[in-house]
Amino acid sequence: MTHCLIVDDSRVVRKVVRRILEDLKFECKEAEDGEDALKSCQHQMPDVIILDWNMPHMNGIEFTKTLRSLSEGGIPKIIFCTVEYERAKIEEALASGADEFIMKPFDGPIIQSKLHHVGMLES
Amino acid sequence: MRINEFDVYADLLKEKSGLTLTPDKSYMIESRLSPVATQWGFATLEAMTVALNGIPDPALIKDVVEAMMTHETSFFRDFTPFEVLQDKVLPALIKERKDQKALRIWCAGCASGQEPYSIAMILSEMQKKLKGWHIDILATDIDHRILEDGERGVYTQSDVQYGLPVRRLLDCFDQTDKNWVIRDDVRAPVRFQYFNLLDSMAPLGEFDIIFCRNVLLYFDKKTRAKTLQRLQAQLAPGGFLCLGRDEEAEGFAQTKTYAPFYRPG
Repeated sequence: MTHCLIVDDSRVVRKVVRRILEDLKFECKEAEDGEDALKSCQHQMPDVIILDWNMPHMNGIEFTKTLRSLSEGGIPKIIFCTVEYERAKIEEALASGADEFIMKPFDGPIIQSKLHHVGMLES
Repeated sequence: MRINEFDVYADLLKEKSGLTLTPDKSYMIESRLSPVATQWGFATLEAMTVALNGIPDPALIKDVVEAMMTHETSFFRDFTPFEVLQDKVLPALIKERKDQKALRIWCAGCASGQEPYSIAMILSEMQKKLKGWHIDILATDIDHRILEDGERGVYTQSDVQYGLPVRRLLDCFDQTDKNWVIRDDVRAPVRFQYFNLLDSMAPLGEFDIIFCRNVLLYFDKKTRAKTLQRLQAQLAPGGFLCLGRDEEAEGFAQTKTYAPFYRPG
Protein backbone atom coordinates (compact mmCIF):
# COMPACT_ATOMS: atom_id res chain seq x y z
CA MET A 1 0.00 0.00 0.00
CA THR A 2 1.37 3.41 -0.99
CA HIS A 3 1.04 6.07 1.72
CA CYS A 4 0.22 9.61 0.65
CA LEU A 5 0.05 12.79 2.67
CA ILE A 6 -2.23 15.48 1.23
CA VAL A 7 -1.26 18.97 2.42
CA ASP A 8 -3.63 21.82 1.59
CA ASP A 9 -5.44 24.46 3.65
CA SER A 10 -8.58 23.87 1.57
CA ARG A 11 -10.70 21.06 2.92
CA VAL A 12 -12.40 20.76 -0.47
CA VAL A 13 -9.09 20.26 -2.33
CA ARG A 14 -7.97 17.68 0.24
CA LYS A 15 -11.23 15.80 -0.23
CA VAL A 16 -10.98 15.83 -4.04
CA VAL A 17 -7.35 14.63 -4.02
CA ARG A 18 -8.17 11.97 -1.41
CA ARG A 19 -10.99 10.62 -3.56
CA ILE A 20 -8.70 10.37 -6.62
CA LEU A 21 -5.92 8.67 -4.64
CA GLU A 22 -8.18 6.25 -2.80
CA ASP A 23 -9.56 5.12 -6.16
CA LEU A 24 -5.94 4.26 -7.00
CA LYS A 25 -5.73 2.25 -3.74
CA PHE A 26 -3.44 4.73 -2.00
CA GLU A 27 -3.71 5.15 1.78
CA CYS A 28 -4.18 8.85 2.57
CA LYS A 29 -3.54 11.19 5.46
CA GLU A 30 -4.29 14.90 5.45
CA ALA A 31 -2.61 18.02 6.86
CA GLU A 32 -3.82 21.66 6.76
CA ASP A 33 -0.44 23.38 6.47
CA GLY A 34 3.32 22.81 6.51
CA GLU A 35 3.60 22.62 10.30
CA ASP A 36 0.83 20.05 10.54
CA ALA A 37 2.45 18.10 7.66
CA LEU A 38 5.87 18.05 9.37
CA LYS A 39 4.36 16.57 12.52
CA SER A 40 2.67 13.91 10.42
CA CYS A 41 5.95 13.07 8.64
CA GLN A 42 7.85 12.84 11.92
CA HIS A 43 5.26 10.33 13.10
CA GLN A 44 5.22 8.35 9.84
CA MET A 45 7.13 9.20 6.65
CA PRO A 46 4.78 8.89 3.64
CA ASP A 47 5.81 7.61 0.19
CA VAL A 48 4.44 10.64 -1.61
CA ILE A 49 3.21 14.11 -0.64
CA ILE A 50 0.73 16.22 -2.63
CA LEU A 51 1.57 19.72 -1.46
CA ASP A 52 -0.05 23.15 -1.76
CA TRP A 53 2.21 26.22 -1.92
CA ASN A 54 0.35 29.02 -0.15
CA MET A 55 -0.74 27.99 3.34
CA PRO A 56 -0.79 29.67 6.78
CA HIS A 57 1.96 29.00 9.39
CA MET A 58 4.35 27.20 7.02
CA ASN A 59 4.09 27.31 3.23
CA GLY A 60 4.97 24.51 0.80
CA ILE A 61 8.49 25.76 0.05
CA GLU A 62 9.42 26.10 3.75
CA PHE A 63 7.96 22.67 4.43
CA THR A 64 9.90 21.04 1.57
CA LYS A 65 13.23 22.58 2.65
CA THR A 66 12.67 21.57 6.27
CA LEU A 67 11.57 18.04 5.38
CA ARG A 68 14.53 17.48 3.07
CA SER A 69 16.92 18.45 5.90
CA LEU A 70 15.56 15.70 8.15
CA SER A 71 17.00 12.20 8.23
CA GLU A 72 14.69 10.12 6.02
CA GLY A 73 13.22 13.41 4.76
CA GLY A 74 14.57 12.62 1.31
CA ILE A 75 12.35 9.56 0.99
CA PRO A 76 8.93 10.97 0.07
CA LYS A 77 8.30 12.11 -3.48
CA ILE A 78 6.92 15.64 -3.33
CA ILE A 79 4.40 16.83 -5.90
CA PHE A 80 3.43 20.49 -5.61
CA CYS A 81 -0.24 21.17 -6.42
CA THR A 82 -0.81 24.90 -6.53
CA VAL A 83 -2.31 27.91 -8.30
CA GLU A 84 1.25 29.08 -9.01
CA TYR A 85 2.12 28.51 -12.68
CA GLU A 86 5.07 30.71 -13.61
CA ARG A 87 8.33 29.13 -14.75
CA ALA A 88 10.28 30.86 -11.96
CA LYS A 89 7.89 29.45 -9.33
CA ILE A 90 8.16 25.93 -10.78
CA GLU A 91 11.95 26.21 -10.77
CA GLU A 92 11.86 27.46 -7.15
CA ALA A 93 9.75 24.46 -6.12
CA LEU A 94 12.12 21.99 -7.81
CA ALA A 95 15.16 23.74 -6.31
CA SER A 96 13.63 23.43 -2.83
CA GLY A 97 13.48 19.64 -3.25
CA ALA A 98 10.18 18.92 -5.01
CA ASP A 99 9.96 16.19 -7.66
CA GLU A 100 6.91 17.24 -9.67
CA PHE A 101 4.54 20.16 -10.09
CA ILE A 102 0.80 20.37 -10.77
CA MET A 103 -0.73 23.68 -11.80
CA LYS A 104 -4.31 23.97 -10.52
CA PRO A 105 -6.94 23.25 -11.71
CA PHE A 106 -6.22 19.54 -11.89
CA ASP A 107 -8.11 16.30 -12.44
CA GLY A 108 -7.60 12.58 -11.88
CA PRO A 109 -5.58 11.90 -15.07
CA ILE A 110 -3.17 14.77 -14.27
CA ILE A 111 -2.55 13.38 -10.77
CA GLN A 112 -2.09 9.88 -12.22
CA SER A 113 0.35 11.22 -14.80
CA LYS A 114 2.44 12.98 -12.13
CA LEU A 115 2.40 9.90 -9.87
CA HIS A 116 3.74 7.92 -12.83
CA HIS A 117 6.57 10.42 -13.34
CA VAL A 118 7.72 10.06 -9.72
CA GLY A 119 7.56 6.26 -9.93
CA MET A 120 4.51 5.83 -7.69
CA LEU A 121 2.20 4.47 -10.36
CA GLU A 122 2.70 2.10 -13.28
CA SER A 123 1.32 3.09 -16.67
CA MET B 1 -32.63 10.94 -37.27
CA ARG B 2 -33.70 9.15 -40.45
CA ILE B 3 -31.56 6.13 -41.42
CA ASN B 4 -30.71 7.54 -44.85
CA GLU B 5 -29.03 10.53 -43.15
CA PHE B 6 -26.78 8.13 -41.26
CA ASP B 7 -25.99 6.27 -44.48
CA VAL B 8 -25.04 9.49 -46.30
CA TYR B 9 -22.46 10.41 -43.65
CA ALA B 10 -21.22 6.85 -43.06
CA ASP B 11 -20.61 6.37 -46.81
CA LEU B 12 -18.96 9.78 -47.17
CA LEU B 13 -16.58 9.21 -44.27
CA LYS B 14 -15.67 5.72 -45.42
CA GLU B 15 -14.94 6.92 -48.95
CA LYS B 16 -13.00 10.05 -48.03
CA SER B 17 -11.12 8.98 -44.90
CA GLY B 18 -11.54 5.25 -44.30
CA LEU B 19 -13.28 6.06 -41.03
CA THR B 20 -16.09 3.67 -40.11
CA LEU B 21 -19.11 5.31 -38.53
CA THR B 22 -21.04 2.77 -36.49
CA PRO B 23 -24.69 3.28 -35.47
CA ASP B 24 -23.69 3.75 -31.80
CA LYS B 25 -21.74 6.86 -32.88
CA SER B 26 -24.67 8.35 -34.81
CA TYR B 27 -25.05 11.03 -32.09
CA MET B 28 -21.81 12.53 -33.47
CA ILE B 29 -23.62 13.51 -36.67
CA GLU B 30 -25.91 15.88 -34.81
CA SER B 31 -23.36 17.19 -32.30
CA ARG B 32 -20.43 17.69 -34.67
CA LEU B 33 -22.14 18.52 -37.95
CA SER B 34 -24.83 20.97 -36.83
CA PRO B 35 -22.16 23.70 -36.37
CA VAL B 36 -20.83 22.91 -39.89
CA ALA B 37 -24.36 23.23 -41.33
CA THR B 38 -24.79 26.61 -39.60
CA GLN B 39 -21.36 27.79 -40.79
CA TRP B 40 -22.27 26.89 -44.38
CA GLY B 41 -25.63 28.70 -44.15
CA PHE B 42 -27.88 25.64 -44.25
CA ALA B 43 -31.14 26.13 -42.36
CA THR B 44 -30.98 22.59 -40.96
CA LEU B 45 -28.67 19.60 -40.82
CA GLU B 46 -31.13 17.85 -43.10
CA ALA B 47 -30.62 20.55 -45.74
CA MET B 48 -26.87 19.95 -45.62
CA THR B 49 -27.44 16.20 -45.94
CA VAL B 50 -29.51 16.78 -49.07
CA ALA B 51 -26.74 18.96 -50.52
CA LEU B 52 -24.13 16.30 -49.73
CA ASN B 53 -26.27 13.69 -51.45
CA GLY B 54 -26.14 15.68 -54.71
CA ILE B 55 -22.96 17.11 -56.21
CA PRO B 56 -21.42 18.74 -53.14
CA ASP B 57 -18.76 21.43 -52.90
CA PRO B 58 -15.42 19.66 -52.15
CA ALA B 59 -14.78 22.28 -49.44
CA LEU B 60 -18.00 21.23 -47.69
CA ILE B 61 -16.94 17.58 -47.84
CA LYS B 62 -13.58 18.57 -46.32
CA ASP B 63 -15.28 20.44 -43.46
CA VAL B 64 -17.67 17.54 -42.78
CA VAL B 65 -14.86 14.95 -42.75
CA GLU B 66 -12.65 17.11 -40.51
CA ALA B 67 -15.51 17.71 -38.06
CA MET B 68 -16.02 13.97 -37.66
CA MET B 69 -12.36 13.23 -36.82
CA THR B 70 -11.41 12.32 -33.26
CA HIS B 71 -8.28 14.04 -31.96
CA GLU B 72 -7.73 12.59 -28.52
CA THR B 73 -4.02 12.88 -27.78
CA SER B 74 -1.51 13.86 -25.11
CA PHE B 75 2.23 14.12 -24.66
CA PHE B 76 3.87 10.71 -24.11
CA ARG B 77 0.46 9.06 -24.36
CA ASP B 78 0.40 5.63 -22.63
CA PHE B 79 4.06 6.20 -21.55
CA THR B 80 5.34 2.69 -22.44
CA PRO B 81 5.84 3.21 -26.21
CA PHE B 82 8.01 6.26 -25.51
CA GLU B 83 10.00 4.52 -22.78
CA VAL B 84 10.69 1.61 -25.17
CA LEU B 85 11.48 4.07 -27.97
CA GLN B 86 14.05 5.81 -25.80
CA ASP B 87 15.56 2.76 -24.11
CA LYS B 88 15.44 0.08 -26.83
CA VAL B 89 14.27 1.12 -30.30
CA LEU B 90 16.38 4.25 -30.80
CA PRO B 91 19.58 2.70 -29.37
CA ALA B 92 19.09 -0.28 -31.74
CA LEU B 93 18.52 1.97 -34.75
CA ILE B 94 21.44 4.25 -33.86
CA LYS B 95 23.66 1.17 -33.93
CA GLU B 96 22.17 -0.22 -37.13
CA ARG B 97 22.12 3.10 -38.99
CA LYS B 98 25.55 4.34 -37.87
CA ASP B 99 26.86 4.46 -41.44
CA GLN B 100 23.92 6.36 -42.93
CA LYS B 101 23.54 8.66 -39.89
CA ALA B 102 19.94 9.32 -40.81
CA LEU B 103 16.61 8.54 -39.18
CA ARG B 104 13.18 9.07 -40.65
CA ILE B 105 10.13 8.84 -38.40
CA TRP B 106 6.50 9.17 -39.46
CA CYS B 107 3.63 10.03 -37.12
CA ALA B 108 0.51 9.10 -39.10
CA GLY B 109 -2.50 10.75 -37.49
CA CYS B 110 -0.47 13.24 -35.48
CA ALA B 111 -3.45 15.41 -34.40
CA SER B 112 -2.27 18.59 -32.64
CA GLY B 113 1.38 17.54 -32.50
CA GLN B 114 1.82 16.06 -29.03
CA GLU B 115 3.12 12.74 -30.41
CA PRO B 116 5.75 14.07 -32.86
CA TYR B 117 6.90 16.62 -30.28
CA SER B 118 7.19 13.87 -27.63
CA ILE B 119 9.50 12.00 -30.03
CA ALA B 120 11.39 15.22 -30.77
CA MET B 121 11.92 15.80 -27.03
CA ILE B 122 13.44 12.32 -26.64
CA LEU B 123 15.71 12.87 -29.65
CA SER B 124 16.70 16.28 -28.32
CA GLU B 125 17.84 14.63 -25.08
CA MET B 126 19.91 12.17 -27.14
CA GLN B 127 21.56 14.89 -29.19
CA LYS B 128 25.09 13.98 -28.09
CA LYS B 129 24.67 10.50 -29.59
CA LEU B 130 23.03 11.96 -32.68
CA LYS B 131 25.57 14.65 -33.49
CA GLY B 132 25.89 14.92 -37.26
CA TRP B 133 22.77 12.83 -37.89
CA HIS B 134 19.94 13.89 -40.17
CA ILE B 135 16.63 13.49 -38.32
CA ASP B 136 13.30 13.86 -40.08
CA ILE B 137 9.99 13.56 -38.22
CA LEU B 138 7.05 13.74 -40.60
CA ALA B 139 3.76 14.50 -38.82
CA THR B 140 0.65 13.96 -40.93
CA ASP B 141 -3.07 14.22 -40.40
CA ILE B 142 -6.21 14.40 -42.49
CA ASP B 143 -7.50 17.48 -40.60
CA HIS B 144 -6.03 20.79 -41.84
CA ARG B 145 -7.15 22.73 -38.75
CA ILE B 146 -5.54 20.34 -36.30
CA LEU B 147 -2.32 20.41 -38.34
CA GLU B 148 -2.26 24.20 -37.92
CA ASP B 149 -2.50 23.70 -34.15
CA GLY B 150 0.46 21.34 -34.30
CA GLU B 151 2.43 23.74 -36.47
CA ARG B 152 1.84 26.54 -33.93
CA GLY B 153 3.13 24.31 -31.12
CA VAL B 154 1.31 26.31 -28.45
CA TYR B 155 -0.25 24.31 -25.62
CA THR B 156 -2.44 25.19 -22.67
CA GLN B 157 -1.54 24.64 -19.05
CA SER B 158 -3.88 21.67 -19.08
CA ASP B 159 -2.32 20.14 -22.25
CA VAL B 160 1.20 20.13 -20.79
CA GLN B 161 0.18 18.40 -17.58
CA TYR B 162 -0.98 15.15 -19.17
CA GLY B 163 2.02 12.93 -19.70
CA LEU B 164 4.74 15.57 -19.64
CA PRO B 165 7.19 15.49 -16.70
CA VAL B 166 7.75 19.00 -15.34
CA ARG B 167 11.51 18.95 -16.01
CA ARG B 168 10.89 18.17 -19.67
CA LEU B 169 8.34 21.00 -19.74
CA LEU B 170 10.94 23.44 -18.47
CA ASP B 171 13.67 22.10 -20.79
CA CYS B 172 11.63 21.94 -24.00
CA PHE B 173 9.07 24.77 -23.80
CA ASP B 174 9.00 28.55 -23.43
CA GLN B 175 6.21 30.09 -21.40
CA THR B 176 3.90 32.82 -22.66
CA ASP B 177 1.58 33.76 -19.82
CA LYS B 178 -0.35 30.52 -19.10
CA ASN B 179 0.51 28.86 -22.42
CA TRP B 180 3.62 26.88 -23.29
CA VAL B 181 5.36 26.95 -26.70
CA ILE B 182 7.62 24.15 -27.94
CA ARG B 183 11.17 25.49 -28.34
CA ASP B 184 12.53 26.01 -31.85
CA ASP B 185 15.56 23.77 -31.35
CA VAL B 186 13.36 20.91 -30.09
CA ARG B 187 10.79 21.20 -32.87
CA ALA B 188 13.37 21.63 -35.64
CA PRO B 189 13.16 18.05 -37.05
CA VAL B 190 9.33 18.05 -37.07
CA ARG B 191 7.40 19.01 -40.21
CA PHE B 192 3.63 18.89 -40.54
CA GLN B 193 1.92 17.83 -43.74
CA TYR B 194 -1.63 17.00 -44.81
CA PHE B 195 -1.96 13.34 -45.69
CA ASN B 196 -4.90 10.97 -46.13
CA LEU B 197 -3.99 7.37 -45.23
CA LEU B 198 -6.13 6.18 -48.16
CA ASP B 199 -3.80 7.97 -50.61
CA SER B 200 -0.62 6.52 -52.09
CA MET B 201 2.12 6.43 -49.46
CA ALA B 202 4.98 5.90 -51.92
CA PRO B 203 5.74 9.65 -52.35
CA LEU B 204 6.43 9.90 -48.61
CA GLY B 205 9.41 7.54 -48.93
CA GLU B 206 10.68 4.98 -46.42
CA PHE B 207 10.75 5.34 -42.66
CA ASP B 208 12.76 3.77 -39.86
CA ILE B 209 9.85 4.11 -37.44
CA ILE B 210 6.16 4.60 -38.15
CA PHE B 211 3.77 5.62 -35.39
CA CYS B 212 0.17 4.99 -36.38
CA ARG B 213 -1.54 4.87 -33.01
CA ASN B 214 -5.27 4.81 -32.41
CA VAL B 215 -6.04 5.47 -36.06
CA LEU B 216 -6.64 2.03 -37.56
CA LEU B 217 -9.22 1.19 -34.89
CA TYR B 218 -11.59 3.59 -36.66
CA PHE B 219 -11.25 1.63 -39.93
CA ASP B 220 -13.19 -1.49 -40.88
CA LYS B 221 -11.32 -4.82 -40.95
CA LYS B 222 -10.61 -4.77 -44.69
CA THR B 223 -9.36 -1.17 -44.78
CA ARG B 224 -7.29 -1.81 -41.65
CA ALA B 225 -5.56 -4.87 -43.15
CA LYS B 226 -4.88 -3.05 -46.42
CA THR B 227 -3.52 0.02 -44.63
CA LEU B 228 -1.24 -2.16 -42.50
CA GLN B 229 0.19 -3.77 -45.64
CA ARG B 230 0.78 -0.35 -47.16
CA LEU B 231 2.44 0.93 -43.97
CA GLN B 232 4.69 -2.13 -44.02
CA ALA B 233 5.75 -1.24 -47.57
CA GLN B 234 6.95 2.17 -46.28
CA LEU B 235 9.15 0.67 -43.57
CA ALA B 236 12.87 0.61 -44.30
CA PRO B 237 14.55 -2.77 -43.68
CA GLY B 238 14.73 -3.29 -39.91
CA GLY B 239 12.16 -0.56 -39.34
CA PHE B 240 9.62 -0.47 -36.53
CA LEU B 241 5.88 0.07 -36.42
CA CYS B 242 4.06 1.30 -33.33
CA LEU B 243 0.29 0.99 -33.02
CA GLY B 244 -2.17 1.96 -30.29
CA ARG B 245 -2.57 -0.07 -27.13
CA ASP B 246 -5.60 -2.03 -28.36
CA GLU B 247 -4.48 -2.45 -31.96
CA GLU B 248 -2.80 -5.51 -33.45
CA ALA B 249 -0.49 -5.64 -36.43
CA GLU B 250 -1.26 -8.80 -38.33
CA GLY B 251 1.68 -9.89 -40.45
CA PHE B 252 4.22 -8.21 -38.16
CA ALA B 253 6.37 -9.83 -35.51
CA GLN B 254 6.46 -8.52 -31.97
CA THR B 255 9.47 -9.53 -29.91
CA LYS B 256 9.59 -9.15 -26.16
CA THR B 257 12.60 -6.83 -26.44
CA TYR B 258 10.83 -4.17 -28.46
CA ALA B 259 7.15 -4.62 -27.47
CA PRO B 260 4.89 -2.74 -28.09
CA PHE B 261 6.80 -2.04 -31.35
CA TYR B 262 6.50 -4.39 -34.30
CA ARG B 263 8.98 -5.35 -37.00
CA PRO B 264 7.85 -6.91 -40.29
CA GLY B 265 7.75 -10.69 -39.73
